[in-house]
Amino acid sequence: MDIRCEHHDGALVARVGADRIDAAVAIQFKDRMREVMQDSATRVILDLSRVGFLDSSGLGAVVAVMKLLGPDRKLELAALTPTVEKVFRLTRMDGVFTIHANAPASLHHVR
Amino acid sequence: MSDNAVPPPSPPRVRLVFPAEPLAVRAAVGKLFDHMPTELLSEDERGTAEIVIAEVLNNIVEHAYAGAPGNIDLTLDPTDTGLNCVITDQGRPMPDGVIPIGVLPTGVGLDQPEGGFGWYMIRALSRDISYNRRPDGNCLTFHLPRRQAAFLAGFPNCIGSMTQ
Repeated sequence: MDIRCEHHDGALVARVGADRIDAAVAIQFKDRMREVMQDSATRVILDLSRVGFLDSSGLGAVVAVMKLLGPDRKLELAALTPTVEKVFRLTRMDGVFTIHANAPASLHHVR
Repeated sequence: MSDNAVPPPSPPRVRLVFPAEPLAVRAAVGKLFDHMPTELLSEDERGTAEIVIAEVLNNIVEHAYAGAPGNIDLTLDPTDTGLNCVITDQGRPMPDGVIPIGVLPTGVGLDQPEGGFGWYMIRALSRDISYNRRPDGNCLTFHLPRRQAAFLAGFPNCIGSMTQ
């Protein structure tokens, strides 16, 4: 799965390039996140701005990624699209994660 | 209105038959919703419908067939109030022959659930859900309602398509 990473102010920003995190790719998502988080900072911000759909398997995978980080590191979410936001709200998982309205701007644009 | 008044045309019924595999499910859901007319469902309702149908199909793949090969047969029937959905498969029956209650799983701190959300979301977002175990397999029916406001917002489009 296409997940690109940048470091911003001590946080790892992981930008998901897939348009869906569903049952077909939930395991790939989790495996790829495990890979990119190996050297990660204390905060990981998951940029979901390109993800239009996430099902309960995808939600479970996001929770699993949070657990992979352990108690000393934190997973935060950013830029949820409407249907993804609905899944988090409906399952009350919106209260479990810090959710940012927007993802940190890409460093490539700042330069 | 006279007895022989012509009812407004409703959008056609859609039927898809596809293998019970994750990528086939994804393709089927895409096919259903990528071409869904906007006057039929608002973007919000489309998202809701997509969640419910995807969860039902995932359950069939994971639990009814559980890796065994088979097909899923899905019919969507647009009505005045929303979409009637009928989904059948030839897999194993629901546990105890009934639809799971779908209690929202919750946790504390890092101890959060990674599954069990599917039936909760299906039940929360659909209406009139019913399950029948038939000699040839499972049949699940439910309704995906449209909100009145969304219906009214889409009404000019309906008029437009009727007068073309």
